[in-house]
Amino acid sequence: MISRRSFCKKSILILGGIAVPLAALELFDPKKLAADRSGPSTVRWVFLVDTHKCVGCGFCVKACKIENEIPYDANVSRTWVERYVVTRDGKVHIDSPKAARDGFTSTSIDQGALGMLKIENNDIDKAFFVPKLCNQCDNPPCVQVCPVGATYQTSDGVVLVDRSWCIGCGYCVMACPYGVRFFHPVYHAAEKCNFCYHRISKGMKPVCVEACPFGARRIGNIRDPDDPVTRIIMTERVNVLKEEYGTKPQVFYVGLTREVK
Amino acid sequence: MKNHVLRPLFVAVGVVVLILLAREVLVPADFGVQERGYMYGWHRKGNEADWKNVRVKYRTTAYCKECHQDKYADITGSPHGAIMCENCHGPGLAHPDDPQSLHIDRRRELCIRCHFRLPYQASGRGRIRGIDPATHHPEAECVLCHYPHNPRWTPGKEARR
Repeated sequence: MISRRSFCKKSILILGGIAVPLAALELFDPKKLAADRSGPSTVRWVFLVDTHKCVGCGFCVKACKIENEIPYDANVSRTWVERYVVTRDGKVHIDSPKAARDGFTSTSIDQGALGMLKIENNDIDKAFFVPKLCNQCDNPPCVQVCPVGATYQTSDGVVLVDRSWCIGCGYCVMACPYGVRFFHPVYHAAEKCNFCYHRISKGMKPVCVEACPFGARRIGNIRDPDDPVTRIIMTERVNVLKEEYGTKPQVFYVGLTREVK
Repeated sequence: MKNHVLRPLFVAVGVVVLILLAREVLVPADFGVQERGYMYGWHRKGNEADWKNVRVKYRTTAYCKECHQDKYADITGSPHGAIMCENCHGPGLAHPDDPQSLHIDRRRELCIRCHFRLPYQASGRGRIRGIDPATHHPEAECVLCHYPHNPRWTPGKEARR
């Protein structure tokens, strides 16, 4: 009969014995864990949005949906334009009908299920448009929460999603403070703006930048000090969205006000 | 030691070996920690190439002007000069091989994206000449009167550039 003492002794011995080869099989390698950015990449993509220039035409959204094969009539989009209307009574009205795919062709605010809110022109204190897209954060919370390694950041700073690896848990959709992630209605995987990675890696510009007739959207490389976008970010008054979240967003805005969330 | 004590141990070891074998088979060889470290770079390296290989659909004005020099000359320098051809003509990915693939959007809805009058002085929209489509010749296509490649030019008049 085996005694309790000898059973415990032997099981600890055997468990310890099998633990050694398990570690050797590299489930988690502490060296790799510690190894971070080895040698900075020469490219780090950033984006610059000038809200003074945006007129809310929505050509960026239209082009993005077609270029990136987001079903045109599905109510999801990688980028969108928000309209902010601040009225005299101090209220802030925000809308983005169909992600502004067809622009803003009404003075009324689209309140969704609550219907359209008519606003008289005389009641407007200020009104403007703010384009939104993925911030390609330096500390992307959407990547941290992915349990399977389906979403990741490339060496040039763009956060991508591996459609074949995504299990559709939706953690990343919840984790993004900017609400840029959604499920692709066809591929059933998490989807997001990636600065048109297929275009920027070929030396082209993202399609929203090309489609904008007003120069409200620009892309640049923050590691290149001579890049015109880098110069603006370094020398002019720019701001980012939700800095307090510590995500280090890399989409910079000219002309943000406190109403913009 | 008696067999019934060791038996569950063998089962546990077997399960671990099975999981490791399955992991070896199922996880691609290029899956692992990449440039951005374990926290942000834990992924399948081949997926970066997958994204780079997505087909470009919008080929931009630089591509269009190679053949359509006349239209390019009309629009450059006009107030519409900054509008990319494909914004109205559709993406040129299959052009000119498949002429049917281009759909010119002549609807009023296209023009009023910018030219619906919104008095928003805090944005550039307030400075764009706008109309109320409900009262400004409803039911007529804008291109009936306005030449989109140079809005300053109207039929019967000299182009003002």
